[in-house]
Amino acid sequence: MSLVTPSGLDSPLVIDIENITKDYVMGEEIVHALRGVSLQIRSNEYLAIMGPSGSGKSTLMNMLGCLDTPSSGRYEFNGRDVSSMADDELASIRNREIGFVFQTFNLLPRADSLHNVELPLVYAGVDPETRRERAAHVLREVGLGDRLYHKPNELSGGQRQRVAIARALVNDPSIILADEPTGNLDSKTGDEIMALFENLYRRGHTIILVTHEADIANHARRTVRLRDGIIESDDDGFGGIENLPVEDPLPGDAVVYR
Amino acid sequence: MKRFLYELSESWKIAAAQMRSNKTRSTLTALGVIIGIVAVTLMGTAIGGIQVGFDKSMAIFGDDVLYVSQWPWKRVDDWWNFRDRKKIKTEYAEPINRIIDATPNSNLVIAVPTSSLLRSVKYGQSEVSNVLIRGTVSDYLITSTFDFQEGRFFNDVESRGGANVCVIGYDVADALFPSESPIEKSVLINGQPFRVVGVISRQGTFLGLFSLDSIVVMPLPAFHKYFSAKSDSDILVKVKDKTKLAEARDELTGVMRRVRGLSPEKKDDFSINEQQALKSTLDPIKNSIAIAGLFITGLSLFVGAIGIMNITFVSVKERTREIGTRKALGARRRTILLQFLIESTSLCLLGGFIGLGVAYLMCTGIGKAFPSFPIQFSLSLVIVSMAVSILTGLFSGFAPAWSASRLDPVAALRYE
Repeated sequence: MSLVTPSGLDSPLVIDIENITKDYVMGEEIVHALRGVSLQIRSNEYLAIMGPSGSGKSTLMNMLGCLDTPSSGRYEFNGRDVSSMADDELASIRNREIGFVFQTFNLLPRADSLHNVELPLVYAGVDPETRRERAAHVLREVGLGDRLYHKPNELSGGQRQRVAIARALVNDPSIILADEPTGNLDSKTGDEIMALFENLYRRGHTIILVTHEADIANHARRTVRLRDGIIESDDDGFGGIENLPVEDPLPGDAVVYR
Repeated sequence: MKRFLYELSESWKIAAAQMRSNKTRSTLTALGVIIGIVAVTLMGTAIGGIQVGFDKSMAIFGDDVLYVSQWPWKRVDDWWNFRDRKKIKTEYAEPINRIIDATPNSNLVIAVPTSSLLRSVKYGQSEVSNVLIRGTVSDYLITSTFDFQEGRFFNDVESRGGANVCVIGYDVADALFPSESPIEKSVLINGQPFRVVGVISRQGTFLGLFSLDSIVVMPLPAFHKYFSAKSDSDILVKVKDKTKLAEARDELTGVMRRVRGLSPEKKDDFSINEQQALKSTLDPIKNSIAIAGLFITGLSLFVGAIGIMNITFVSVKERTREIGTRKALGARRRTILLQFLIESTSLCLLGGFIGLGVAYLMCTGIGKAFPSFPIQFSLSLVIVSMAVSILTGLFSGFAPAWSASRLDPVAALRYE
């Protein structure tokens, strides 16, 4: 049982965005979804991106997740310039460096938990035995050791999201990118999921939450607010973790430590 | 390379799961391919069967034997010119053989006279009608390709003496002697007893049209004695080197003109036929069957392919979010392309297997019901139809799979 030391300014930069813009052509007019955003995210940060709809929050998330490339500006991920990468290179970055958690879970309906969690490893070219082992391991870590062979429709919403989190973790990514992870869950289950994120953070993971709910964003140590395609405020309370009693039992904690 | 294999096996799994969960839809879609493959296979067996039956029938005539006859073996528009030709006589064989023997380096080996007509054959209470009764000489064996199931052919002495002996075909033996050996028994033809000395083993049918086993062969003098009227005679001439058939033919034409005593300005009043002539009359028929068959087959397969293409498009549309998720998790374009190609191909292969099974059952059924119908179910046909299934799957799956692989992950993830 070991906790990774909280991040500070000396942690390595994972994400370095400089002045990126994104324009969409919608019919006749051009929509400026992002109008020049600069953002730096270090390893083991817990960051929330907030903003009302239309603020460019989703667009920024797609950029951060390497699902899309900016119209202009520079984006370096772990020191590699990804702003002009081709589709398949981006796919490889997503596969190895980014763990996605979606609001709607996005599990494969006909595959059991194990198979769902294995999927990123299939695309990474990991052999079947290791795949199985690692998938089972992370599923146990998120408290689903007894649900390995359940299909999504045999699981509760909270359990499905745990499978999705396990899937995000299985490739040991540089960041976990969660898009409204509690949006489809009741508040109690939502709290459990947030506790899980808290735990992952304390174990050294870098977590980026995208949300419009303030009380969800409150779990993060740093909050970036977007409005009209630019950053309105960046409340980076570094060291926030020192103020938290680490030994506090977390609500609904189901995480088993390594 | 390893990653490719893993992706491949993942795609197989997904495809299988997809088919399992959409049983009705998959079955209905595969039905198009099933029908296509049944058509391909049946057409293949029919064409193969015709080919084999044809070759087998042709072999009976021997590809190194020339037939001197009154009529040519092809359609003639001026039949009246042939009708009044002098009949071919079995006696020509003797002078032909004399000339052959006297010609140094002759391309011809021997001439054998035959004379045939149809009669009934009786034994006890049993009777077979429309049996080809053929009179010939013991040298007939040189020009023919058959084996004996029992006994022997009549010998030279019996042949010259015109003994009342005969060799019977398989069908005749089967009908008259179902449970005993025909050897040394006497059959009645035209009220005359003929002692059976041999049974020819089964020859099959000529193009499935008539049996070649409904035959009785006897010495020519005996034949002349009892059946001289209304018989058709041919002279069979064996060729030394079948690669020099044209020269042999020219030589034989010259010999026949000498035998008939035709002056140089007169036209031939006989025809020299060969197996090849039959082939050239039957080839166009065979080809048009094949072309028509391929066209119908191609059409039904094409319809099946469109069905597969349609269902794959539907599948891509339905699973847009899944594609988005897979892309987010690191699936590359190639991976997605492969996945849908495998789905369409396995659907086609499933249809192919079922279609092949159905076709096999149908072939067996037809073979049982109509034993004379030429049917040939071969391994190469299985391979061809499997290959056709796979190609159909790739062809019909490509467009939808391509469009899936090109989906923008952001738009795909947001798709409702």
